[in-house]
Amino acid sequence: MSNETKPSSNAAKIARRTFLVSAGVVGGGVALGLALSPNRLKIYGDDVASGDEVILNTWVKLTPDNKLTVIIPHSEMGQGVGTGLAQMLAEEMEVDWDTVSIEQAPASNDYINSDLGRGYIVGEGAKIPSFVYPMLDFTFLQIAKGLVGQLTGGSTAIRLTGYHGMRRAGAAAREMLMRAAAKEWGVPMNSVRAEASTLYHDASNRSASFGSFAVAAAKFTPNLKPALKSPSSYKIVGTPKPRLDLPEKVTGEAQFGMDVIVPGMKYAAIAQAPVFGARAVAVDGPANPAQQIVNLGDAVVAVADSYWTASNAVRQLDITWDGGDQALTSEDLRASHNKHLQETRHEEVMDKEGDAPKALQSPDAVSVEYAVPYLAHATMEPMNCTASVHDGKCELWVGHQNPITARDDAAKALGLKKSDVTVHNAYLGGGFGRRARTDNVVQAARVAAEIGAPVKLVWSREQDMANDFYRPAIVSRMRGLVDDGKISAMSHAYIYSDAGMPDSERPFAFQYDVPNKRIARHPYPSPIPVGSWRSVDFTQMGFFNESFIDELAHKAGADALAFRLAHKSDARHRAVLERLADEANWGNPKTPGASQGVAIVDSFETIVGQVAEVTVEGDDRIRLHRLTSVVDCGQVINPNAAEAQIHSSVIFALSAVFFGEITLENGEVVQQNFPDYDMVRLRHAPTQDVHFINSGHAPGGLGEPGTPPVAPALTNAIFAATGTRIRELPLARAGFRSV
Amino acid sequence: MTISFTLNGEPISVEAPSDMPLLWVLREKLELTGTKFGCGIAACGACTVHINGVATRTCVMPVAAIEGADIKTIEGVSLGPGEMSAVQSAWLEHQVPQCGYCQSGMIMAAEALLDQNPDPSDDDIDNAITNICRCGTYERVRTAIHAAARARREA
Repeated sequence: MSNETKPSSNAAKIARRTFLVSAGVVGGGVALGLALSPNRLKIYGDDVASGDEVILNTWVKLTPDNKLTVIIPHSEMGQGVGTGLAQMLAEEMEVDWDTVSIEQAPASNDYINSDLGRGYIVGEGAKIPSFVYPMLDFTFLQIAKGLVGQLTGGSTAIRLTGYHGMRRAGAAAREMLMRAAAKEWGVPMNSVRAEASTLYHDASNRSASFGSFAVAAAKFTPNLKPALKSPSSYKIVGTPKPRLDLPEKVTGEAQFGMDVIVPGMKYAAIAQAPVFGARAVAVDGPANPAQQIVNLGDAVVAVADSYWTASNAVRQLDITWDGGDQALTSEDLRASHNKHLQETRHEEVMDKEGDAPKALQSPDAVSVEYAVPYLAHATMEPMNCTASVHDGKCELWVGHQNPITARDDAAKALGLKKSDVTVHNAYLGGGFGRRARTDNVVQAARVAAEIGAPVKLVWSREQDMANDFYRPAIVSRMRGLVDDGKISAMSHAYIYSDAGMPDSERPFAFQYDVPNKRIARHPYPSPIPVGSWRSVDFTQMGFFNESFIDELAHKAGADALAFRLAHKSDARHRAVLERLADEANWGNPKTPGASQGVAIVDSFETIVGQVAEVTVEGDDRIRLHRLTSVVDCGQVINPNAAEAQIHSSVIFALSAVFFGEITLENGEVVQQNFPDYDMVRLRHAPTQDVHFINSGHAPGGLGEPGTPPVAPALTNAIFAATGTRIRELPLARAGFRSV
Repeated sequence: MTISFTLNGEPISVEAPSDMPLLWVLREKLELTGTKFGCGIAACGACTVHINGVATRTCVMPVAAIEGADIKTIEGVSLGPGEMSAVQSAWLEHQVPQCGYCQSGMIMAAEALLDQNPDPSDDDIDNAITNICRCGTYERVRTAIHAAARARREA
């Protein structure tokens, strides 16, 4: 990732030109850019793609010394995306992995990845599995207004950009190089082979580096459907290549948005409206010529020569806020949710089989209610953005999940053309969905324009906690009937606040075979901002569904895992459960005296089953000793990074189960910082066993699917240990706490 | 005021308000951005550096209090250009960082722990290192600390 920090409005232009020049030698190198249109794949050259063309955002830069750079159109926020995507490309291109480096794509339309999958759908038609269609919608989800974006979210980088883009771009580039060599050597192309960045013609004992044929290769038209390797011959994909971004992350050199230094920049601290929707109608405070105050309407910003000075200044301001719902409380909202759930006027039926309402009239039907709170993202790096606005141009430095919308929203706020805004995307100190939003970006751009100097806006942790796009707080009512040890009917009604997940993802699905089902949502827009939080709606639905199936198993007097198996016909689901029973020693905990709980959720085309082992110390202190995960995400690209994603998803979910709750009083968020919105630390973290099933399927997502089963696996284990069924989160609501 | 101290082995003087936390002096006045801002109340550990060998959270440490002290930041951990410390090497060997934002503080805490306790148990690690990592690298942090401890003992 570039450490370039000087304000240079030419920076993006230079980067862009580097990659767009067709087959030209640029700075001693050659850029092989591949562009995809609905009908043809071609070198992306001076004849810039016309309106209907779609650009494949997979870029290959090859230099004469045979070094390969892969341009990564996704943001690095901890998942190791660059390494994984480069592995997929390098595998098909037959590149020597030691020659590979990665570079962040500029935030330019040329790298828009939402168009990528769409282009391949058009190009490949029915060959694309149907699951991709809903996922493409999901890729668009945060950007529906403009249908342009460079989103990293929805666990899509590997399974869309990688599987449909990087692999083919690598294979097409290899074919072009082989073709160039065949022409030069006057031999048939099929007699040329590529291996480890070298082209060979064995019959004549000739060989040459990829780099030496880069210019010649770039003159050929890439094949839209290049021959792809069989996974059985993979040498790079499926191996634990060390992540290319990690060396600079152990030396302090990695540059996050927070770390950008622009010469002459000032620092800004912010006070945003404490009540959502309020406006600053008066701002008073001690006058200080060294500080500037900017009233943005819904926020007030102090600018000074250091963040410390600015944050002191903003604290000393006397701001009069007006508007917003100053009476809003979490309790009232919960009561409204309960009331709304009783009314069926506005319900939307999401799934229906048989006649559940009729079956559930039985007096033996079970009816239970669940509730989950608002959750903040609380990324380690508080929100921030650095902006410089001069001469009708705007430059932004930020770690963002969607740099294109960051650019577009800044342009709109400043009345500039999109082409006059440049985004330098840095490493993200955590994203989890929060950094797909542009509130911080627009604020920084407006302040920079107002004061006429570069400015770094930094949110305090308290500002970050109180001004999030939270995971929605919702309530749920489940009903079910067990007949002869099997579920004969179930229904689910729940409050729905749109957090950006398309229905086609089917987060609401009760993932078991039940003859009579009815699943209906009751739309109730959240009074405070909500958004995607790692695994989005699956976190709530996973807790509801996997708690309820456990309750029904108990009701049936059945083993919780066997009961699940008895209601699963999907072979992959069954394989995950069976492997899980084996790996976790189901029924015979590895921790002496511990109790086990199980859960399984299929999300983002990946199935994750988990078993938690807990003991309860005293009456109420929960110790989670071990958490075993069995994962079927299809083809694993990098086993080491894949395991890390599961570790990460588990800890992320555990923080929420143990501590996570955002509440409202007088219209304001109550929680301010880590003591009252606490996090799992080393002493809470269980031993994790992670196992991957190689099912031979195409890769599924992996950034999010480890999260949804964690809460129910844990609470089901607590039920096994104590007989107390936890239907509300976090654990404190049921009188439990962490050790 | 002018504060003088030793920073990564070099004597240094810096002009800063006396109540400015060391974190911001490092990040803004000295442009050493490896030390991170996470919470501002010493709750998360992202800002951890060594002050006279002790792992200390600098977001609440007024710079005036470190006059004459010996400060080591993440930038001073490497043994030489391209030569990583045992902890850094173990961190790479076990692929610990994810987003990486908390890792400077985590590494500084681990270095200090091993300076004091060359062979920590899991419990020692859990009790000594209370840094927050939102990516949940804890499992590998534990593994890497044990590996670094071994490497340091064998060095």
